[in-house]
Order: sequence, then structure tokens, then C-alpha cells
Amino acid sequence: MQFLNSIGQRVLFGLVLLLAVLVLNFTLIHMAPGDPADVIAGEMGGATEEMMASIRKAYGLDRPFHEQLFSYVGKVFQGDLGYSYYFDQPVTELIFERLSATLLLVLTSLFLAIFLGTFLGVFASQNPNGMLSHFVTLLALLGYSLPVFWTGIMLLILLAAPPVDLFPIAGMYDVTKDGGTFDYILDVLHHLILPVVTLSTIYLAFYSRLSRASMLDVLGADYIRTARAKGLSERVVVYKHALRNGVLPVVTFAGLQFSQLFSGAVLVETVFSWPGLGTLAFDSIGRRDTPMLLGILFFSALIVIVANILTDISYRLIDPRIKTGMKT
Amino acid sequence: MVKFKKLATVALTATVGAMFGATMQPQTAQAAPKAGGTLVWVSSQVPRHFNPAVQSGVATMAPGAQLFGFLVRADENWNIHPYLAESWTVSDDGLTVAFKLRKGAKFHDGQEITSADVAFSVATQQANHPFKTSLGAVERVETPDPMTAVFKLKQPHPALLLALSTALAPIIPKHVYGDGQDVKKHPRNVKDLVGSGPFLLKEYKKAQHVIMLKNPNFNSSDGPYLDRIIIKIIRDASARVIAMEKKEAQIFPYMVDSKDIRRLSKSKHIKITDKGYAAIGPVTWLAFNTKDGPTADVRVRQAIAYAIDRNFIINALHGGLSKPATGPIAPGSPFYNGDVETYDFDLDKAKALLDEAGLKPGSDGMRFKLEVDHIPAVPEQQKAIAEYLRPALKKVGIAVRVRNAPDFPTWAKRISGHQFQASMDIVFNWGDPVIGVHRTYLCNNIKKGVIWSNTQQYCNPKVDSILEMAGKETDMAKRVNLYGEFQRIVADDLPLYWINIMPQRTAYHMDLGNPPTSVWGVISPMDQTYWKKQPK
Repeated sequence: MQFLNSIGQRVLFGLVLLLAVLVLNFTLIHMAPGDPADVIAGEMGGATEEMMASIRKAYGLDRPFHEQLFSYVGKVFQGDLGYSYYFDQPVTELIFERLSATLLLVLTSLFLAIFLGTFLGVFASQNPNGMLSHFVTLLALLGYSLPVFWTGIMLLILLAAPPVDLFPIAGMYDVTKDGGTFDYILDVLHHLILPVVTLSTIYLAFYSRLSRASMLDVLGADYIRTARAKGLSERVVVYKHALRNGVLPVVTFAGLQFSQLFSGAVLVETVFSWPGLGTLAFDSIGRRDTPMLLGILFFSALIVIVANILTDISYRLIDPRIKTGMKT
Repeated sequence: MVKFKKLATVALTATVGAMFGATMQPQTAQAAPKAGGTLVWVSSQVPRHFNPAVQSGVATMAPGAQLFGFLVRADENWNIHPYLAESWTVSDDGLTVAFKLRKGAKFHDGQEITSADVAFSVATQQANHPFKTSLGAVERVETPDPMTAVFKLKQPHPALLLALSTALAPIIPKHVYGDGQDVKKHPRNVKDLVGSGPFLLKEYKKAQHVIMLKNPNFNSSDGPYLDRIIIKIIRDASARVIAMEKKEAQIFPYMVDSKDIRRLSKSKHIKITDKGYAAIGPVTWLAFNTKDGPTADVRVRQAIAYAIDRNFIINALHGGLSKPATGPIAPGSPFYNGDVETYDFDLDKAKALLDEAGLKPGSDGMRFKLEVDHIPAVPEQQKAIAEYLRPALKKVGIAVRVRNAPDFPTWAKRISGHQFQASMDIVFNWGDPVIGVHRTYLCNNIKKGVIWSNTQQYCNPKVDSILEMAGKETDMAKRVNLYGEFQRIVADDLPLYWINIMPQRTAYHMDLGNPPTSVWGVISPMDQTYWKKQPK
């Protein structure tokens, strides 16, 4: 019961946070100079006063700020994210068009980073002064310090350009190819490799360091010594006894970092022309497409909040102490 | 009854030859073009939609020119040829232009293209397009019969045919867009698009690609030849270049970066042309606030011009690829006049003019501070020049501070709000001066809040009267004289200093026949383009 209560609290807190996200973002975007009428005039290569006024009127930009804000927040709570100024299409529709591409990129990268990173970290922790451990440290340092867009462009130039030419240069699939579903999936996977490698580099580095440190800590604990003293094999000690405690920080951070993955996706998507929410968000800023941008921010805030709640739940599942603690 | 005579005798577009007898083919192919194949074209821009009647900009106009036909079309020498209209006549007073439509020309849904559609298209364009001057002189379009569209003009419009020869004036179906919805937001600008051009819209995925298929019912004996045109949207500049190198794409129009152009010119299978941009006429300039601050004094503006080494900008910053601009009209235009004050690099003259203006150097050697803005795009043409101005103008005692803008709307707000001292800018000629040039210099076009109006707030009644005359003069020689005079005056008044013509290039695969080289380039139909030999 208390478990549910605590979840309920979290959900409520999440809702308040969402409202704050809406109001804050709306205000921030309105403080930026220029509006969609300027952008449209710029794209058109010229404009007239009447045209600018009619654009502003059509989008309600001639109304006072607080009126615009209240009307927007009101609509959002009725489930209406509004129309994109730029595409004249419902924001929700546009978000769903792009969501799957971003999720594919972000989730693949996240899983790759977590599993491979944890694995490397655990491996390194078994022999903290060995070659592998030093290699992991070096990798972590490199991966963490390289800017994402630079890694991406380097991978493009080195692996996708002639003479190596192993990977496609941009996009999610090759439109000129005809083939069945299976070919399509293979093609998408082929296109996915470089963006995923780019995006997961940072996190791979991070998780390998994190799990290495955490495992080293755990492996020095008394209960591990007891387990070893019982005569359990090293494999059982590491993977059964130590790992369960050792990955806790990894899980915590996976939840927290979900939001950062989204922001990393903006850069990766731009470099690889990946048709996801990141590029849409980036473009929407330059277009002053307020409803579109607010919609994406709202949506990603929603996903991050949900992810955090889920992290909370899984944390409780992995670590029985938290559950027991609540029962008393 | 108005007396008609053939257009060719009324020199509407002086360089035009015998256009009445001209054929459908502006570009004469050496060998008979072959049908078939896919052309992949790289672009960085995401189009809002594909209806160029209500949306300007290359992102919409380039695919729009493939999806929609126009009444006439232009070739690479500014000659006008029939397209959806098979012939036309102009009355003696130049106030009536009658077009005979091509028989059997149909929209993509099979409905015939009639004069009612022409009238509707013109009205839609006039009501929604920002370039008010392009069809501004047209009072109404009469439709005596389904195959005849008669343009009634308020005043003679020397650039009428040129304005009708590109995606500025597409023929759109009345039975689709005339349903009372706002055409700017019409859902069928994107979905189930019914065009009138040589290609059909198959698929548009916003951040990915546009797929256009050959229109099999285009009713022309000559094209379209390509089965498919795919516009691939690649956001990263180096990725676009690599896509060309590895033949993932075969045409890359609107290249402006000299490093990219040079890099692609090294690829054996790639040809690069500067044709296809004559009508666009993109002029890179330094605009001055002529009302406020030190630049309100014409001597200060002239001094700045003398202190700028245009050759350095062209050769060092642009790798020798751009051409010098000497005035408001790009050198590719028949109205260009190079016989004006060109402000060749001369530091002594610059200093003397500043002294004369009473701006003496202070104890630090500096006379005054100047803030220079620039568009946050096309860095070689904008930021690089702005940065160069810092050391260059320091030599004559002007302390330049470059004010960066994070994005376009920020810059546009500053300039259109007249909150600037000087700014780098790029403005297009758009074919005829009456469409793209007048707007920068007319007193009555000082419109606060409107970018690319007369944001310099320059006003010279003499210039206004010359432009007014040139805007309705149909005699080519007289027009050339009027614009010649106009260019001399503004070069002296110097509301802005024209630096260079932005180097626009098209890179294309060497096996591509008839690449888009008309004065409008890819914003005119690519029905003549074909594969001499299919790549791969």
C-alpha cells in the first residue's frame, strides 16, 4: 500500500513539474527576439507589412502574453498541443511522426551503453591494475571528453566516405532501394550503426567507469569475503553476489541520464540527418515554432518523468532492502 | 478592339529573340535524351509544403517547379518560351496580354487546365505571395474561353513574362484550392497534391526526402525523361559533400561554400557549373543605417567602402569563386551597369573622407565605434566578411565590434527594427529589378518590422521617380538607360556597399544530360534532364 502511495506521490509531483515545464518554457521562448512572422518572411525572401500582421494575427501573436500563456496551458491540459506554426499540422501528429526514430536511436544507444559498459566495468574490476582495466579507464576518458558532433563527423569522414565507404552517409533508410520488410530492417540497422556508436560512446565510457568503481567497492565488502570463504566460485561471487549490488548506481544513473540522452540525440540526429525529434526540436527553435517546440519539450519532460518513476520502481525491485524498509 | 501584335516585336525582354516561333525545348540537347532512371538531389532544407503560389524560398520553389507548370519558361539566355501556354500576344499599349493555353494539358488528377485555373492561380499568388511587385501590375485575368487567359494590366509590366516563367507563378488547380480554405494552410499543399507539372508528388517525409515520379500524362513529346527525382534532405554540410562523392546523390544545387565547391571539383565523376543562377542574382552587401549614427553621413559610408579591400574578400575569403558586385543589380542581368563609382581600395581617400566628416582620431587612434551585424548563416559570405572588417577598418580608425546573432529571427528583428549601425546581408535580385531590387531603395518601402524592405531607410526622390518609370517602361533600351542612371546614383549615395555576388554552383554527375542551367536553375522544370548513361 505504501509502495502505491509513494508512487502516487511521485505521479502528482510529476504533474506539477510538467506544469512548471510548460510555463517556464513558454516564457523563455517568448523572451527570445523575433517571432514566426520574421522567420516566414526570411524564408520567403521578403514580406509586406500586411503579410506580417496577418501571420501574427493568424497565430494569435498579437494578443497579450498572459492571454497566450493561459490559452496555451489550458489547451494542453485538454490534451491539445496545438498546431505547428511552420507546418500547419497538429503538433501531436508531427511528434508521433518522429518519435519512433528517436526512440530507436536513444534506446538502442542506452541499452548498448548500459550492457557493454557494465560488462566492461565488471570485467575491469576483477583485475583493477590489469591491462583491460587501464584500457577501460582510457576509453572512458576519451569517450567522455570527445564532443558528440565531432565524433559523429569523424566517423562519417573515416568510415562512410570513400575510400572506406562502409556505411551510409545520412538518414534512416535508403529510399532508392526496393525490397521486402527484411531488407528494410537490415537497411535501417545499417543506417543505425554510426549514430548509435556516436551516441553511446559517452555513455559507454560513463557506465564502464561507474560499474568498475561500484564493483570495486562492493568486492571489498564483508559479505563478499564471507561468500568467498564459503568456497563459492569466483564467477558466482562476482555475478551473483556482487553484481546485484554493484549495478544499483548504474540503474539510478540510467534513469537520470535518460534526459541527457535526448539532448545528445539532438546533436547526433543533426550530424547523421536522423529524422527524429532532436532535429525537429533544433529546427523549431530557429523557426520560432513555439507550439512545436513546447510540444516536444513537454513530451520529453513527460518521458523523463515517466522514466524516473520507472527507475524508482525497478530500484525497489532490485534492492529488497528498500521494500523491507517501507514495510516496517 | 485592342490591336494585338506579336510579342517579339514588343521588346519586353530585350535579349529575347523570336520567341513566338520558339519551341517547347529551351535547351537543345545534343543527342536525343533517353528516358528512365532516378536522380537523387541533395538539399539541406525542409520544405513547409510544395505550393509556390503562396510560399517563396528555394525549399518550396525547387520541388514546386517540378510539380507545377507555368505559362511560360525561360532558357539560359533569358529567352522566354511557351510552356503551358502555347502562344501569347501583347496589345500595342502593353496593357493587355493574351495567352493561348496548350491543348490537352491536364492537372495530375486528369482535369483539363483552363483559363479559369490561370485566373485563380494569379489571384491566389497576388493575395498571398510576398513579392507583391511580381504580378502587382495585373489588374485581373479575363477568361473569354477555356483556352484563352487575358491579362489586363494597370500599367505596362516589363517583367511580366519573366515573373510568369518560374515557380513564382505556378498554375494551380481551382477545383482543389478554390474550396474556400486558406490556401497558405491548405492540407493539399502537402498531401494528395494535384499539380500541373512534369512530375507527381509521391511521398514527402519531412526530415528525410521528397519523392517525385514522372508524370506519364504530361502531354509533351519532349520529356519528362527521368522516372524519379528524389530530394534527399541531408542536414550536415560535409555529409552532403560526401554523399556526392560516393554517388549516393547525383546533383547538388545551391552550393555556396568555396571549400565544398573546391573539394567536389576534385571528384572525377562530378561536373560543376555556375549556370542556373543568373536570375537569382544574390548580392552580398554591407548595409548602413542611413538615418542614425555616424553612417548617416554619406562620406562615412564612402570612407568605409574605400577601406574595404574587395579583392581580398573575393580571393582570400571566397577562394576566388565569387564575383565582384558593383551595385544593386547583379552582373548577369541585362540591366547591369558597371560604369559606376566602385570604391576601389584606397586607405588615404578613406581617411580624408573621415577627416572631412569631422571624425578625428582620438588618443587611441580611433575615430568612432561601429557595430556590425551579420546573418548567422552562409559563414563565408557573412561572418567571415564581418570579422574581416575589424582589422580592415581599424586601419582608418574605425573600431568595429561584430555583433553575432544566435539565429535568423534574432538578426531579422534587429535589422527590420532599424536597431543596427551596419550589417552584412544577402539579398536576391529575383530576375527583374522590379521584383527584387526596387524594394531596397524606395522611400515608400521603409517599413519597420519587415525584413528586406528598405531597412537602410535610404530615401532619394530622384531614385524613386527613376524606379517608377523603369518599373513600367516596356522599351528595353529606355529601361536599360533608366536602370543605368539608377545604379550611378545609388553608387554615389551608397546606402549599402555591394561587395560580391554569392558564388552559387550546381555540382552534378557527369553522365547527367541537360542539367538545370536556365536562368532559374532548379526553380524551373527539369523535364529535359536525363541520364546519358545510368550510374551503377
